[in-house]
Amino acid sequence: MAEVRLNGVRKVYAGGVEAVKGVSFTVPDKTFCVLVGPSGCGKSTLLRLVAGLETITSGDVLIGDDRVNDKDPSDRDIAMVFQNYALYPHMSVYENMAYGLKNRGTSKADIDKRVKEAAKILAIEGFLNRKPRQLSGGQRQRVAMGRAIVRQPKAFLFDEPLSNLDAKLRVQMRVEIRKLQRNLGVTSIYVTHDQLEAMTLGDMLVVMNGGVIEQIGSPLEVYADPASTFVATFIGSPPMNVFPVSVDGAGILSLADGTRVGATSDHKGDLLLGLRPENLTIDDLPGATFVATGRVALMEPLGAETLAYITLGTSGPEIIVRLQGHATQPPGTPVTVRAAASAIHRFDAKTGRKV
Amino acid sequence: MAASTGDTYRPKGYWVPHVVIAVGILITAFPLWVAFVASTLTLGQISQAPMQLWPGDQFWVVWKDVLEVGGGGGGRIITAPVSTMMWNSFVMAMVIAVGKIVISLMSAYAIVFFRVPFRTFFFWMIFVTLMLPVEVRIIPTLQVVSDLGMLNSFAGLTVPLIASATATFMFRQFFMTIPDELVEAAKIDGAGPVRFFFDIVLPLSRTTIAALFVILFIYGWNQYLWPLLVTTNQNLDTVVIGLAKQIDTAGGVTEWNKVMATALLALLPPMLVVILMQRWFVKGLVETEK
Ligand SMILES: Nc1ncnc2c1ncn2[C@@H]1O[C@H](COP(=O)(O)OP(=O)(O)OP(=O)(O)O)[C@@H](O)[C@H]1O
Ligand SMILES: [Mg+2]
Repeated sequence: MAEVRLNGVRKVYAGGVEAVKGVSFTVPDKTFCVLVGPSGCGKSTLLRLVAGLETITSGDVLIGDDRVNDKDPSDRDIAMVFQNYALYPHMSVYENMAYGLKNRGTSKADIDKRVKEAAKILAIEGFLNRKPRQLSGGQRQRVAMGRAIVRQPKAFLFDEPLSNLDAKLRVQMRVEIRKLQRNLGVTSIYVTHDQLEAMTLGDMLVVMNGGVIEQIGSPLEVYADPASTFVATFIGSPPMNVFPVSVDGAGILSLADGTRVGATSDHKGDLLLGLRPENLTIDDLPGATFVATGRVALMEPLGAETLAYITLGTSGPEIIVRLQGHATQPPGTPVTVRAAASAIHRFDAKTGRKV
Repeated sequence: MAASTGDTYRPKGYWVPHVVIAVGILITAFPLWVAFVASTLTLGQISQAPMQLWPGDQFWVVWKDVLEVGGGGGGRIITAPVSTMMWNSFVMAMVIAVGKIVISLMSAYAIVFFRVPFRTFFFWMIFVTLMLPVEVRIIPTLQVVSDLGMLNSFAGLTVPLIASATATFMFRQFFMTIPDELVEAAKIDGAGPVRFFFDIVLPLSRTTIAALFVILFIYGWNQYLWPLLVTTNQNLDTVVIGLAKQIDTAGGVTEWNKVMATALLALLPPMLVVILMQRWFVKGLVETEK
């Protein structure tokens, strides 16, 4: 058990690609940290730097109080779960789980005890003698987890471990991983590009984009208070509506076509306004700050809720409003969209950062 | 329609492929049968035209003679006993096959899994030798072997044939299909290069090794030119060499019954290897266990 600390970690690949551009954060002991970001943003690279599968160009990685930059993966006391499981195809489930312990010179009796224990936790006791190819995807996933937990490492590293599973199994395994991590209390770093996994799994969310960190915080903090338009649109589904508004001398905000939206700002220069679909309504909202007229473009009933696509003002932007229950206004119906003051996010139009 | 009789459905003309197969087998097997018959006849019977097509009574005489004494033209014994030659061939084929597999496993392992300086260069060097037929470099190789004093020895017979571009290439292709994650998982599990080789790579290569073994054993067994150049000692004759020696081209009498017995004996080991390893062989060529 240990904290994992990154200090100004950079990675430049041989070809000159700078995949990680100076990243610092600390994952406290026993914490489940989720690294999330779009494809190619350097999540896997960062994880592999912690694992020791890639060399660090500059900066430090500390596990516990050890600076592990120059240590081999096997000496870092970490365990990794890969997306394609990477089970040894010619070894039985038992051997797969025992292999790392065997190489460390753990006694046979101890190995046996630990493997059986892990198998029990993961409910794979019945498969110990099978080969990986005789298992379903979900079972393989468990074996891969088992291989990690028998080692009793200081940290678990997961690289999109669920993305090869079907949707239902993914949800189920997600819950199990979370429970398991809680019970074992092992510091974990989990890479995913699925924002739902990120929201549900993490104690701590690290949102990455283009090799740098956009925001660090608990999932709800990041959701409620995104630091940039990137985070705002990446976390949450459907994503936050973000659209440009201009600020006049009196601080009044209006859309490109001149439609006023009620809200004000003392910001100099243009703004991007962010509004979560679930914070918007087309009904009356006493004390609403954001008030804008528009027309229904499309209604998408999802059963429990309806997504309304609404064109604001006369010519857009088009935003999504999440309505409870059924709503069946035909396209073209004039509506007024409202939101409370607390639901309005303002970002600088140039930098995309929160103002 | 009559009630179903439980017979399997037979399309019209189902017998055509059967006939084709049967004819094919006859065509292939006929020379073997002739060889066998000839090996059971006396020389006199063989020289009658047409030769009889049913076995004679000389089987034990001829085969025993060949195995224990050897053969030659016109009654002179100029080869080692076929049993000795078979042993020589077997040792040569085994050493070549096993040697080639060991060497190319290791070189492919180095090329694929290590960042050796110039590894692409080395790979292409190896690859280019694929395109050179053995005959092109046989004289220089002979010179080297002779300078090293390896003429007339098993070492001289086998060592120069052990390096194998083909096998290295095949193992390389196979190793490249091993996913990176597997290598990385092994790294995290504390398997160094040697452990990784023996615990992961070798077991995964089993079927490839088996397929190559069959091919290489037959390749080694069938060597003719090289043993001919390197050995002059009768006791080192391989069965292929012995067979050629028995056919006297210098105007003497060729004992065809012995030649045929030798030829059939020479056929047996490669055949056994193929039959015994057939399942592995096919597996190795068509599937990879991943
Ligand atoms: N071995 C490598 N050599 C050179 N460039 C690489 C290498 N591996 C990754 N990259 C580059 O580094 C960047 C980050 O890659 P990385 O695999 O970390 O992305 P990721 O965030 O995990 O994406 P994904 O969600 O698609 O897995 C990419 O631009 C990628 O092309
Ligand atoms: Mg990745």
